[in-house]
Amino acid sequence: METLIIILVGVLTAVAIYLLLSKNLIRVILGTAILSHAVHLLILTMGGLKRGTVPLLGEEENTYVDALPQALILTAIVISFAVTAFVLVLAYRAYQELGTDNLKSMRGGADE
Amino acid sequence: MNNILIMPMLLPILAGVILIFLRSYGRIQAWVGIGTMAGTAAIALYLLDNIQTEGILRLDFGGWSPPFGISFVADSFSVLLVLTTSIVTAICLLYSIFSTSKAQSTMYFYPTALFLVAGVNGSFLTGDLFNLFVCFEVMLLSSYVLLTLGGSRKQLREAIKYVTINIVSSWFFLVALAFLYGAIGTLNMAHLSARVAEAGQGPLLTTISIVFLIVFSLKAGLLLYYWLPGSYSAPPIVTSALFGALLTKVGVYALFRIFSLIFYHQPEITHTLIGIMAGLTLIGGSLGAVAYDDIRKIAAYNVVIAVGFMLVGLAVSSPTAIEGSMYYLIHDMVVKALLFLLIGTMISLTGTAQIGKMSGMMKNYPILGWSFFIAMLSLAGVPPLSGFIGKVLVSEGAIESGAYVLLALSLLSSLFILYSLLRIFKNTFWGETIISKEDQVPVKKGFLFPIVLLVFLTVAIGLGAETFSVYVIDAANTLSNPGIYIDAILQNAQQ
Repeated sequence: METLIIILVGVLTAVAIYLLLSKNLIRVILGTAILSHAVHLLILTMGGLKRGTVPLLGEEENTYVDALPQALILTAIVISFAVTAFVLVLAYRAYQELGTDNLKSMRGGADE
Repeated sequence: MNNILIMPMLLPILAGVILIFLRSYGRIQAWVGIGTMAGTAAIALYLLDNIQTEGILRLDFGGWSPPFGISFVADSFSVLLVLTTSIVTAICLLYSIFSTSKAQSTMYFYPTALFLVAGVNGSFLTGDLFNLFVCFEVMLLSSYVLLTLGGSRKQLREAIKYVTINIVSSWFFLVALAFLYGAIGTLNMAHLSARVAEAGQGPLLTTISIVFLIVFSLKAGLLLYYWLPGSYSAPPIVTSALFGALLTKVGVYALFRIFSLIFYHQPEITHTLIGIMAGLTLIGGSLGAVAYDDIRKIAAYNVVIAVGFMLVGLAVSSPTAIEGSMYYLIHDMVVKALLFLLIGTMISLTGTAQIGKMSGMMKNYPILGWSFFIAMLSLAGVPPLSGFIGKVLVSEGAIESGAYVLLALSLLSSLFILYSLLRIFKNTFWGETIISKEDQVPVKKGFLFPIVLLVFLTVAIGLGAETFSVYVIDAANTLSNPGIYIDAILQNAQQ
């Protein structure tokens, strides 16, 4: 299972990097969103996938799942959500102001 | 429990939240901000004094003792930086009262600046790597907002670059955290250090440490500084000053922390790499500083040179050199804010940022001119001023450990700093006055007061180095002996 997820992380990262390298601003933003999902999956896999019960006292089991990666991912998801929202607004304003969403033609002169 | 430890992060956040509701009152916002920063500075002073008697302080959130919970840790290094951050921010906010337009000061400038400081202080104080990531993001999100505030074309364009680069570097941060957690099974810095020492720093951990090096280099502008000059010269000048004084320093702090506390077992790989990167940063920054005619670009490249110089201290990693880097870090926060404020004042007086278009300002604005002169000497490291002692100690450390190439580069870069600033000084302050007495814009007292305050501070740090050397030596001592830090965190936890 871990191997499968790691391959998925690789595929997602490849897709994200492909999108990040494109000229279109919206594609770049989608790339950053996918990039963060890839790393969330990576963190989850690094903590080990489910092999035991929930980490609560009173669950009479020998093995428990490590809860920390999930807490980390939860925080990371919130942050990536906030950043993505900000970037989308930034892209919209940049489109309004610069009149283009093409990163190549956004280049300006030395002192505008 | 030292609950007061949370205050440097909590106070700015609370004040920022309150300021959001005071949106339309620009002046009140500014004074509340300055008051908050003064309060934070007082708390930092109190903490600094406490650390000398009680050792490293720790706050475990929710009573979860390390390594299980998240903890805030205050040693001399972090608290010194919190103190400098608070003072510099207070002075920058004071400047902003007079320099920001009404439109900007009512557009959430002050709350965002306070959130930025909360993120910076949090990054300095945290004792947990993931929490460091969170504080970084608080700081970065605020910096995105500050960078775009105003929404001019140039700002938006630079912001897209800056945001994208920081998202990618945050991604690298998370990747490194994931692998580190997979390899070691903890994220508490002291616990990490103990476990890495136990297990030995194998090739896998060295690789992870290099990923961390890339992450923090991007934030600090060590070698990977391509984004820095553009985004530091786009926003309004107070924002530039805050960025120049605070943002890169957090990256530098993280590099020092990580590579002196956790990954110090393979210096021939990691520290050599840092040395090479620092050398290249010095070369690139020096070339950039002399290449441009735009004074904001020149100042931005001076930030790059300073980062290279501080990391020479880490690359050499002898106690003397680290002590020198501490001094230089504090000096640089003060003097970079000063430099940006000076340049901002010059731009607002003449209406241009090109060297060639200003001339003879010395006659009209003598105080401004002499402040610039002192800032220049301080940056170049002339004796009685604050830059000197850091440069001497780093050079001494480099000589002790035989890093002659780095020594030569760092001394040469001082010459380049001096040359680049002297060029500004000569072209803009000397020469024929372009502005006649009638057209001369009178410089407001409000512009000069914060600048003179910072000049006073840089002189005071230079002359009074003796008085706060106790704290700096303690900070360098803790950094050179990771055992002190680990004991303070993990030993007491067992009780």
